Amino acid sequence: MTEIERHDYDVLVIGAGGAGLRAAIEARERGLRTAIVCKSLFGKAHTVMAEGGCAAAMGNVNEHDSWQVHFRDTMRGGKFLNSWRMAELHAKEAPDRVWELETYGALFDRTPDGRISQRHFGGHTYPRLAHVGDRTGLELLRTLQQRIVALQQADHAETGDFEARLRVFAECTITELLTDPDAGTEHHGAVAGAFGYWRESGRHVQFSAPAVVLATGGIGKSFQVTSNSWEYTGDGHALALRAGASLIDMEFVQFHPTGMVWPPSVKGILVTEGVRGDGGVLRNSDGERFMFGYVPDVFKGQYAQSEDEADRWYDDQENNRRTPDLLPRDEVARAINTEVKEGRGSPHGGVYLDIASRMPADEIRRRLPSMYHQFKELADVDITAEQMEVGPTCHYVMGGIAVDPDTGQSRVPGLFAAGECAGGMHGSNRLGGNSLSDLLVFGRRAGLGAADYVAGLDRRPAVREADVAAAAAMTLAPFDAHPAGAGGENPYTLHAELQRVMNDLVGIIRTESEVVAALDRLAELRARVHDVVVEGHRQYNPGWHLTLDLRNMLMVSEAVASSALLRTESRGGHTREDHPGLDAEWRHRVLVTHCVRDGSGLGSGAAVVLRTAVEPAEREPMRPDLLALFDLSELEKYYTPAELAGHPDAGRSAALHPEGGTA
Amino acid sequence: MSYKGRFRVWRGDASGGALADFEVEVNEGEVVLDVLHRIQATQAPDLAVRWNCKAGKCGSCSAEIDGRPRLLCMTRMSVFDPGDVVTVTPMRTFPVLRDLVTDVSFNYAKAREVPSFTPPAGLAPGEYRMAQVDVERSQEFRKCIECFLCQDTCHVVRDHDENKGAFAGPRFLMRVAELEMHPLDVADRVPAAQDEHGLGRCNITKCCTEVCPEGIKITDNALIPMKERVADRRYDPLVWLGRTITRRRD
Ligand SMILES: Cc1cc2nc3c(=O)[nH]c(=O)nc-3n(C[C@H](O)[C@H](O)[C@H](O)COP(=O)(O)OP(=O)(O)OC[C@H]3O[C@@H](n4cnc5c(N)ncnc54)[C@H](O)[C@@H]3O)c2cc1C
Ligand code: SF4
Ligand code: SF4
Ligand code: FES
Repeated sequence: MTEIERHDYDVLVIGAGGAGLRAAIEARERGLRTAIVCKSLFGKAHTVMAEGGCAAAMGNVNEHDSWQVHFRDTMRGGKFLNSWRMAELHAKEAPDRVWELETYGALFDRTPDGRISQRHFGGHTYPRLAHVGDRTGLELLRTLQQRIVALQQADHAETGDFEARLRVFAECTITELLTDPDAGTEHHGAVAGAFGYWRESGRHVQFSAPAVVLATGGIGKSFQVTSNSWEYTGDGHALALRAGASLIDMEFVQFHPTGMVWPPSVKGILVTEGVRGDGGVLRNSDGERFMFGYVPDVFKGQYAQSEDEADRWYDDQENNRRTPDLLPRDEVARAINTEVKEGRGSPHGGVYLDIASRMPADEIRRRLPSMYHQFKELADVDITAEQMEVGPTCHYVMGGIAVDPDTGQSRVPGLFAAGECAGGMHGSNRLGGNSLSDLLVFGRRAGLGAADYVAGLDRRPAVREADVAAAAAMTLAPFDAHPAGAGGENPYTLHAELQRVMNDLVGIIRTESEVVAALDRLAELRARVHDVVVEGHRQYNPGWHLTLDLRNMLMVSEAVASSALLRTESRGGHTREDHPGLDAEWRHRVLVTHCVRDGSGLGSGAAVVLRTAVEPAEREPMRPDLLALFDLSELEKYYTPAELAGHPDAGRSAALHPEGGTA
Repeated sequence: MSYKGRFRVWRGDASGGALADFEVEVNEGEVVLDVLHRIQATQAPDLAVRWNCKAGKCGSCSAEIDGRPRLLCMTRMSVFDPGDVVTVTPMRTFPVLRDLVTDVSFNYAKAREVPSFTPPAGLAPGEYRMAQVDVERSQEFRKCIECFLCQDTCHVVRDHDENKGAFAGPRFLMRVAELEMHPLDVADRVPAAQDEHGLGRCNITKCCTEVCPEGIKITDNALIPMKERVADRRYDPLVWLGRTITRRRD
């Protein structure tokens, strides 16, 4: 085998989205030699596609906003399943992280008095999303990218080398984490580095680093209708599992209510929630604003009951309640699903989203330029004159790597995670805008956590050559000639089948029998992936890349399906038709996925997919001062009586508290 | 609504290559990238092409369609007749890596040559105040998705590798303009625009503006105003001196 390219860093960040770049900035600013690895070119990560905005309780537009209100909104949106500590840190630190971006050069849209403007979004009590038209993610990612360049320029001025302390390895895919069983804890070997390949040449590369930050984003490419790009194959989730970390909440997958539905080739592409935040409304084929009929009991009293009130709310939030068009995403997605099922959908199986009749054309083009462009170019629809057709699309995974809220460290020493691939922050359903802020808050914290961890080490964990050789062999197996007789599998076909299985059987509405069927189908696909044969050579070969990604997609899909089977209730991004209600006994339980390494049925052939197992555990109870931020009457909708014994109002009559009074 | 479309796609690598013919199904509403993906899935699994968002937001899928620099994901098949042969080639200005994928590292090197945002000393985070009208000029340039199609099309470098050293290209000249027009940036960027980034080589042909998928008026709003600032100073050093003094004061 040819010589493997090797690099040595203090911190290796896998992922160049918002979370990865913010982590790398922090690690580098703490003086550590830092590498960033990403599958695409620098500046193309998924974060670039985020549209609506970044949530932070700066109070620029409504001064009543505060971290407490943001915290409460986040917990409600997640149906009280969130890691309360993460939700607390997030609400408290998001404003500082946004302001910091201005010092890097970001140019957000402004209020009349020159501060950062903030827009409405689903589930947020006040206008809270810092934004730039509908291209906020681009602004955020480009700003962080330019900050990285600024740090490289500083290094260049000092050392003559742009890459002395911070280097980006673009179009380089990590396939395995490397651990050192002789370092770390009794149960988990410490992280020692990572192994991967250059997409361009197909050559192998190995990194040694005592701290690795995973910031690889989501898993949506396992579903057929998705707003996610080819990068979203759950690599970080799978890498973490194989290295010994655990995942939580994998049953919670967010289906964004408004994806494009027509033409077929753009099905799933996102239509930002900003359309509704700025005044757009959903209608069915009868022209009815159907969301008024879908306010669930837990949110009764918090949303407008008439169109008039809803329309007044955009300008006067003190005296009116918000429109139910802006309920949390899980509620809106289910409502659309029901409307379509009951025959009130649009011609192409969605519902209508109307901004044209609610705002002058110029205003629409100014506030939502990329939506205007997207519909005009891709669907021949002029959104300033016509309604859009929209329907649910797989968008975000709430589940992810279990981490310590303060440092981002997983249970594997030296392995950190932040951003979409980390779990806990969003509970069962993420509020729009809470991801970009999550990336900044927890990206920074993971960078700090990694820096502190490295500073505290007395010996660097060592990479084992046998692991490197095994990782290298794994990547090359799909090129091996197939045993005579058997026909090779096509990776594109397998991928398409996987997407159909997840979409149809573990999608927005789930039942036991379908999820069981999905698990059977996944087992078949796991077997067939051994027979994939890759054509061509190693140089920029997408068929090969997909084959390697399938290992991760299949592993993570099993985690999603197994978790979905166990949770016999409906909550947030997990809806069980056979268990339609919230169940307080499920609120305090968390489903934890880990990797099973018993070797059964796993040959040494191509693309080995390791099995996963899911077990329930208890969630940590919320700190009493945070619990006291909610009225008892609201908590009673989610919690068991025993859990609420510590609430200051416990024992007093719940009737004292009007519903929804906390907002 | 489907038909068999005829495609010619350049296949090869740094050592050479040729156009390969494909006959492939085309369906209603599809874009060129959809068809290339179908070729991958059914005929040429190792066909190399970059893409991410498939919605014109990331700037990954740049190539040339019938010789015109375009985003593959934003070029609808409906602009062609079913009988047309659609030719797809890699961006010509950058070295080919494989098939439609080129080495765009030139652009990342140029990005590093532009000094970064320089805020006024002593302005704390959270205290930044800027009027919407003042940020809008730079915001237009920040819509850039870094597809590098403008870099690809600009004749200063398109067939002139020898100019690449001394010319940042429209995208990065625009970055200089963006920072120059940023309401709070305190660095003086005008001399370097001319001397280091090669603004003088641009003869305002507007080809870059024509291919920009974001519709940014690169030439009119970034390059020409920068040229005017350069000209002002060249002819009247006192203007320059006066400007720096007032700039420092406010
Ligand atoms: C269309 C759309 C609109 C959205 N709008 C909003 C919004 O308005 N507000 C909001 O808050 N959120 C929004 N979101 C969600 C949000 O954008 C994402 O959750 C967030 O950007 C994820 O950021 P990240 O840093 O975790 O990962 P990403 O930005 O996805 O970056 C992941 C990185 O990991 C790299 N990577 C992955 N696997 C590997 C590997 N094996 N080896 C090496 N590198 C790897 C990738 O190359 C990439 O660089 C939106 C999402 C979509 C799809
Ligand atoms: S206007 Fe200038 S930068 Fe743009 S293509 Fe013409 S010469 Fe190049
Ligand atoms: S200015 Fe336009 S053409 Fe040039 S890189 Fe940016 S988006 Fe592409
Ligand atoms: S794939 Fe993102 S611009 Fe074409």
